[in-house]
Amino acid sequence: MSTESAPVPQSATADGGADTPRFAVSALVTNLRDYGLVLALIAIMVFFQFTTSGTLFKPLNLSNLVQQNSFIIVMALGMLLVIVSGYIDLSVGSVAGFIGALAANMMVTWNLGPLSNPLVVSILCLIIGGAIGAAQGYWIAYHRIPSFIVTLAGMLIFRGMCQALLGGGSSVGPLPDGFNKLSSGFIPDLIGPLTLIAPTVNAAGKTIVGSGLTLHMTTMVIGVIGVAAYIFFGLKARRTRERHGYQAEPFSLFTVKTLVISALVLFLVYQFATYKGFPVVLTVMAALIALFVFVTKRMTIGRRIYAMGGNPKAALLSGINTERLTLYVFINMGVLSALGGLIIAARLGQAVPAAGLGSELDVIAAVFIGGASAMGGVGQVIGSVVGGFIMGVMNNGMSIMGVNVDWQQVVKGLVLLGAVVFDVYNKNKG
Amino acid sequence: MASTILEMQDITKTFPGVKALSNVNLRVEEGEIHAVVGENGAGKSTLMKVLSGVYPSGSYDGKIIFRGEECHFKGIHDSEHKGIVIIHQELALVPMLSITENIFLGNEHARRGIIDWDANEARTTGLLKKVGLKEDPNTLITNIGVGKQQLVEIAKALSKEVKLLILDEPTASLSEKDSQALLDLLLEFKRQGMTSILISHKLNEVNRVADKVTIIRDGRTIETLARKDISEDRIITSMVGRSLDDRYPPREPRIGDVVLQIRDWSVYHPIHADRQVIKGIDVDVRKGEVVGIAGLMGAGRTEFAMSLFGRSYGRRITGEVLLNGKPVDLSSVSKAVKHGIAYVTEDRKTYGLNLIDHIKHNITLANLGGVSRHGVIDDLRELDVANDYRKKTNIRASSVYQMTGNLSGGNQQKVVLSKWLFANPEVLILDEPTRGIDVGAKYEIYTIIARLAAEGKAIIVISSEMPELLGITDRIYVMNEGRIVGEMAANDASQEKIMRAIVRGEGKAS
Repeated sequence: MSTESAPVPQSATADGGADTPRFAVSALVTNLRDYGLVLALIAIMVFFQFTTSGTLFKPLNLSNLVQQNSFIIVMALGMLLVIVSGYIDLSVGSVAGFIGALAANMMVTWNLGPLSNPLVVSILCLIIGGAIGAAQGYWIAYHRIPSFIVTLAGMLIFRGMCQALLGGGSSVGPLPDGFNKLSSGFIPDLIGPLTLIAPTVNAAGKTIVGSGLTLHMTTMVIGVIGVAAYIFFGLKARRTRERHGYQAEPFSLFTVKTLVISALVLFLVYQFATYKGFPVVLTVMAALIALFVFVTKRMTIGRRIYAMGGNPKAALLSGINTERLTLYVFINMGVLSALGGLIIAARLGQAVPAAGLGSELDVIAAVFIGGASAMGGVGQVIGSVVGGFIMGVMNNGMSIMGVNVDWQQVVKGLVLLGAVVFDVYNKNKG
Repeated sequence: MASTILEMQDITKTFPGVKALSNVNLRVEEGEIHAVVGENGAGKSTLMKVLSGVYPSGSYDGKIIFRGEECHFKGIHDSEHKGIVIIHQELALVPMLSITENIFLGNEHARRGIIDWDANEARTTGLLKKVGLKEDPNTLITNIGVGKQQLVEIAKALSKEVKLLILDEPTASLSEKDSQALLDLLLEFKRQGMTSILISHKLNEVNRVADKVTIIRDGRTIETLARKDISEDRIITSMVGRSLDDRYPPREPRIGDVVLQIRDWSVYHPIHADRQVIKGIDVDVRKGEVVGIAGLMGAGRTEFAMSLFGRSYGRRITGEVLLNGKPVDLSSVSKAVKHGIAYVTEDRKTYGLNLIDHIKHNITLANLGGVSRHGVIDDLRELDVANDYRKKTNIRASSVYQMTGNLSGGNQQKVVLSKWLFANPEVLILDEPTRGIDVGAKYEIYTIIARLAAEGKAIIVISSEMPELLGITDRIYVMNEGRIVGEMAANDASQEKIMRAIVRGEGKAS
């Protein structure tokens, strides 16, 4: 009785939705949080664009931004599922460090012959990451040991093993160039560059770096196709809904949303194209984001994860094998932690004992800023990605501004608290 | 001559978009038991929240006059200070603290922050005697049953020098015996001059103890009946706004072959390994038949159903299940669902629903395969299914995107039912399908059950409300202490016969 304070507004006869204006408002209200998050990211970017006198959106800096933060976002994808399931994983930073150390040793120190090929090593490392996830998930799923404790143990164990593999305080490297491409490389321009403005030539007959305007055409083409596909599928989904007699999102809202997102994406694509094109790691990250959006929104396994996090007992009694599902969630987390570790190592060009140290907190913060609930059952992939970028942009912007690292932490902490307070406030009001 | 202790005048409370209460009037005389009844969502809880200050003064219109003075409560503390205490349906006790600690929580006898446990315990002993609870004050709450916990709540209220005691659905989760004891206690308090407000769905209880009944429907006061005018029919008519000639929908059973046979089913307690909860029982259900399982709380009915449904309860489960004559393996929930067995839980909030997700996702959860291909969900098909079941079971909500946590009990129950209907089971086990829901919604649930039986499903209904079993089933098993102690055709059964079977069974068991 305590939960039902008001009679349910009755519109039982209207199918699929109420009258249009109210529907538009309610659609806006329900999505306010998502829009608000994107708007917050844009606001933060604009803020730093000014305070860094235009450095933030420089193509070079955008590439740096992506390359610095991709591992956080990759791991946040796994962490989202962990948190939505109602668990937590504190070990991801240590696992990433351990895998980086392992990969470096396999490629550089140990004489493994053909097995030291970067691709082979990467695949093996992802499998080992999955095994680590399975080992932790096993205790959580089948023995009901709280995930906080199991992964706290994992955090200690794998940090220790990382340091042991690197022989105390030393680092292992340099890693092969082919491997480092994962983080510092750019996609090849298969179409060929398009020169819009010829670069200025100096007296010695050499071109001046940074002058002129040349576009990385493969990047532009992929970007434009991507945006076109986004608009096309958005319209198609609307039409299908309407054909089935359901009301779609109000057209005005849809148009504004689509245009803003398309413009933003095209702007970023253009910026990348004027530099060296898409970083390799950006394409990996984008593919993973798309995959996880699809899994969480459209696949039964995604739905089951949300149901398990929302009410594990009800999920179990609905025929969902919650133990196995928990195991899968942690295996997935392990694989993505390993990928995060590879990305870190490839970016640094070597494995260091402190690789990924403390990054589990950034990853968890990204997911919570993105609107996930610590109680489980609530959270979105896109939210976590945006949350990750908010953290990343703040790191990057404050570094350029010359803000002391200590104070950067203070600001990040305040943003995390603010985001969650905003969430809770919204929920109580609603 | 009794004087008015509480008067609520023209209370109007609006939430964004909804008028929850409009000009509600409630007048309670000193020393009476005043029942407030109404369908779920009628506004009873809202009214009580206004009274206790949960919705602070200023957030509603109207006047509250308590003991002759107009009150403006800003919070629960204000109303408790005046002696108005509410005991909520969901108990607010801390399980790992003792009875004494709970009773004086936030209100301990202490000097400079140091608690005088002897004084607290002595007072607790006195309070427990008053409510007739024979337990050591140091017992942890988690170690006593729900019925006794309710008594602790009342003792806690008494410790605050209560002038007006409000009980919100106090017997909803109590057994028949505990309910009786609780009602007797209320009558005893009345004799001592205390005033109480009783919110209840159980009209027989209202009938038994109430001096006056106020009926609320759709946020309005319909009428207040005095003792001599109270009758169940009159109350029901006022509650639902139409007369229910029959509380149970008519049906003509067409019973076919045996669908489900359970042989020699035994289950042991999950923690106390040597305690046998179910002691070798046999149950048959036929196509198109509604079979009831009667019994007192703790008879093992839920334990039986859950152990059957994918071994969701208990250990060392033995016995045989035959479905259409063939033995089947029901060792996991998904296997049970695959074989066409569905179990609708008695506790929909804990075991039935994902309260933080909307109706659509809850309805398809047990049969996601039915709306997906290769693990990919077809959004529109899912929406069609959800709307279809919303219509079929008459779920009242603004759309299928409404959170189930915001629905009333009856509508939540319909969502759980829809979920299992969409799984298309052959055998449907309904555990207390109408617990905590109002008369109108009950009738709708009965109608759904009747329709399912007519479609040829085999249905088992577990219920503690004997009139309900007599009204909707074809055959009744009586369970007691883990055994079947009686079996009778419904048209041949009566409440007395069922009780007699239970009592005889008890004699046999000891």
